[in-house]
Amino acid sequence: MLLGLAASLAAALLLLPDRSKSDTIDTAQIERGRYIARLGDCRSCHTAQGGALLAGGLGIVTPFGIIYSANITPDVATGIGSWTKDDFWNAMHSGIRKDGAHLYPAMPYPWFTKMPRTDVDALKTYLDTIPPARYTPPENDLWLPLRARVSVAGWNLLFFDKGVFKTDPAKSAEWNRGAYIVEGPGHCGACHTPANLLGGPERDRLYEGQSIQNWWAPNLTGRSAYGVATWSKEDVVDYLKDGRNDHAVASGPMALAIQNSTQHMTDADRAAIAAYLKDPPVGTREEGDSPRVSEAGIDSMGGKAIFRDNCSACHGADGEGVPRLIADLRKSGVVNAPDPVGVLHAILAGAQGNVTHGAPQRPTMPPFAWKFDDRQIAAVAAYVRQNFGNHAPSVSDSEVADLRETLGLE
Amino acid sequence: MRHKPPVDAVICGFGATGVLVAEALTRAGLSIVALERGPMLNTAPDFQPSVMQDELRFQNRHGLMVQPRLSTQTFRHNASETALPIRRVGAWQIGLGVGGSAVHWAGQCFRYSPNEFRLRSQFEHQYGPGIFPQDMTSQDWAVTYDELEPYYDRFEKLLGVSGQAGNIKGRLIEGGNPFEGPRSDEYPNPPLARVKATRMFDKAAREMGLSPYPCPAAQASRPYTNPLGVRMGPCTFCGFCSGYGCGNYSKSSPQTSVLPVVLQRSGLELRTLSVATHILMSGKGKDRRAKGVVYVDAQNEEWVQPAEMVFVCAFTMDNVHLLLVSSAGTAYDPVSGTGQIGRNYAFQIWGYANFLFKERFNPFIGAGALGQIVDNYDCDNFDHAGPLVTGKPFVGGGYVALFQYGTPPIAGSSFGSGETAVWGAELKRKIREEYHHVQQVQSMGANQSYRDVFLDLDPTYKDSFGRPLLRVTYDIKPNDHRMSNFLVDRCVEIGRAMGGTLLDRNSRKGPFDVTVFQTTHNCGGTIQSATPDKGAVNKFGQMWEVPNIFVYGASQFPQNAGRNPTDTVGATTLFGLDEVTRRYLPSPAPLVDA
Repeated sequence: MLLGLAASLAAALLLLPDRSKSDTIDTAQIERGRYIARLGDCRSCHTAQGGALLAGGLGIVTPFGIIYSANITPDVATGIGSWTKDDFWNAMHSGIRKDGAHLYPAMPYPWFTKMPRTDVDALKTYLDTIPPARYTPPENDLWLPLRARVSVAGWNLLFFDKGVFKTDPAKSAEWNRGAYIVEGPGHCGACHTPANLLGGPERDRLYEGQSIQNWWAPNLTGRSAYGVATWSKEDVVDYLKDGRNDHAVASGPMALAIQNSTQHMTDADRAAIAAYLKDPPVGTREEGDSPRVSEAGIDSMGGKAIFRDNCSACHGADGEGVPRLIADLRKSGVVNAPDPVGVLHAILAGAQGNVTHGAPQRPTMPPFAWKFDDRQIAAVAAYVRQNFGNHAPSVSDSEVADLRETLGLE
Repeated sequence: MRHKPPVDAVICGFGATGVLVAEALTRAGLSIVALERGPMLNTAPDFQPSVMQDELRFQNRHGLMVQPRLSTQTFRHNASETALPIRRVGAWQIGLGVGGSAVHWAGQCFRYSPNEFRLRSQFEHQYGPGIFPQDMTSQDWAVTYDELEPYYDRFEKLLGVSGQAGNIKGRLIEGGNPFEGPRSDEYPNPPLARVKATRMFDKAAREMGLSPYPCPAAQASRPYTNPLGVRMGPCTFCGFCSGYGCGNYSKSSPQTSVLPVVLQRSGLELRTLSVATHILMSGKGKDRRAKGVVYVDAQNEEWVQPAEMVFVCAFTMDNVHLLLVSSAGTAYDPVSGTGQIGRNYAFQIWGYANFLFKERFNPFIGAGALGQIVDNYDCDNFDHAGPLVTGKPFVGGGYVALFQYGTPPIAGSSFGSGETAVWGAELKRKIREEYHHVQQVQSMGANQSYRDVFLDLDPTYKDSFGRPLLRVTYDIKPNDHRMSNFLVDRCVEIGRAMGGTLLDRNSRKGPFDVTVFQTTHNCGGTIQSATPDKGAVNKFGQMWEVPNIFVYGASQFPQNAGRNPTDTVGATTLFGLDEVTRRYLPSPAPLVDA
């Protein structure tokens, strides 16, 4: 009897939290989770402008409609406060919500599935510590056949490759860390891998770039003759740390990803990403081979004169830019993209860099939509895309007109 | 009047000095409100290249300037005249909006010579007290060159100044200015590339035994990152500096040096389109204090912004005006010579000589500080009783220089004025013959202070807020005419030595003309002094009479030097702010015992 009582007492005591011990364990786990949240850039999608941190409600525009991000604060009613670690694992690893419904793949579980259980648990431990926000994001506004979440099951069958990241023993620990971040929590491919008509990633064209949110997420592979392929590892590290390097200035969605995610990474993790991206991949380098408009053709469009008068003050007469301030247009991944959307977006609406710990000034390009008509913007974009060693397709007036309308510019 | 929540400090005017105050005080963790009467201005899109290069809009129609309908002064030459309001932008151009006049400045960023700070004692020592006319009130500064040197250095690094040092810690360097005070360090950037005309000036001056050097330029000669982490791009020599904002991050301004960092600091709230109409005062005598600032916002609503400290950081005239309409400090009385606010107002004596050359130049290439200078005729660098000075000796001097600012189309084809304007075939002939062949050698001359040259409140005219306008009583005196003649003679000598044929010369003659643009280098009115009977503020910019008001800008200068003021405006502000954060913030009290 006494023994039993002692045992119960012992059990009860064990149930009482040992503050000193649990604090150290939890703190380490929380900090680990906080870092993973930075790696995964939860904030850029799960925080609406002016909204509470991670309370969701940001509308993510997809070709199939608008999907609003979920509230992932620990609020029990509207967030994920009632979710167990198993529930959270199911969402991150398998794309299945607590209620059993499928997540839409706008939530990048096809990439998060690479994360091991320990990382996912740490992330949930951290998310349970942030202030709960009672907020229900708006209903998604999707193309009718996709409103039933079961439709995602078919998508998963076609495109979802479930499974935790596997270390490649032939590669260095640094390379493997970089590969894990890029393919897993960093979900770089969610933007940088071309999507097919059904929105599925084209796995044989990993990181080859695509248009996203009316910007161009450029090719990250060594198979290109432009952009990241022409950068050194240090250039990659600088870019991820400061939002700018000797060649490029981040703008559009990447400016946000750097501000909210990559600038907070450790130097070692940024170096690991660079090691992975700069490892020559399988496949041959695709030199630019787009049919070039003749020199006279370009000149007759007036692009050169427009460039000289309006662009060269900052970008230089030869497109060289200013390191860490003004984009170098030569060999730029965005300039040489198959789709001119990134160049046209910057010319029409202007572009804003970001503010980071290492670079406090927001480099800004003024807009030109008010100044030039579609034909003139097409001409100067074509000039930039086919000069300074660039070899991208020409640009049509209608491409400019379409983007102008999409962006709601006069 | 409604009240805003109290803050530690309020800044009136968010230009060259206001942003430095905001930087220092936010770094010290204070809560600040900055009031700026103009709009927010950003490099992009407000100074967009290809939009900014609009001479008609920005130069001729003063697109970036305070228009008289918003704020103006009345003007008279002397106490026997009745002052009238200046109704068109004239002799000076005051910038409107965030960045103030440091947006449209030319970028000439000179230090003053060490002797400039002890002008009176140096000239008295050299030439006897008799060189100072009875009514000349020029005096020594409270601060010395050695005290300012670290702050000149810091300001030049914030601005990314391009130049050639002439004296580093006493070691003279060939190609720099041998007359400059010892510098602790090189300029942060090498000098701008030269053009044909500045090379010709350099050669001629050198052959005359003078010591030409490149103008210290706040145009970056290469990509540059300042100590706050703000980045500049290299100057493209577009030729649109003075009167314009720079769209390619090349000419230094608050926008390209301090603002990007300051605007992110949590302690600062910037309220644009908000006019500080007066400082709220309390107490008498030794207990006189500022309690805050009354301002009118863009909706024409009047507010009280309570604050522990008030920083007066507007343009020279507006600093004086704000203090006078607030009864902060005692107004200057020219009859008795007592009172401090409005004392020792001075301008700048600019002169030039134009020459025609056989050589062809490309004057559309340029920058506001692209020039070659000699300091041989500045301050006391030459013998004012020597053979070059004919007639009665004078106090002061100035630089002689050739600048290639970039001649824009309207200025480059405007020959003659009024009845002598040139038209038609004659105009075409002159443009053809002269645009590529004319160069100007110019002098920026000192301007001494005088007992009867001052600023006060106009008895008749009021502004839209019901405040009396500021009245400027100013004329050029014989000492300064003699100096101007002397300097323009030197311009003529150098221009001829360059091989030019003199077209015309312009030293300042007769009564001052307030309708013709000269420079924006107005100074004085709240001058710094070693003792309270000689000026409005101590050497840290703190008012003698109201120790929680600090006044920054060229209104601190006791007289004007023979060169542009901006570097010294920056250095005196940084010098004062260091003391404010080091000593005043922990224990608010007078920083210099009266």
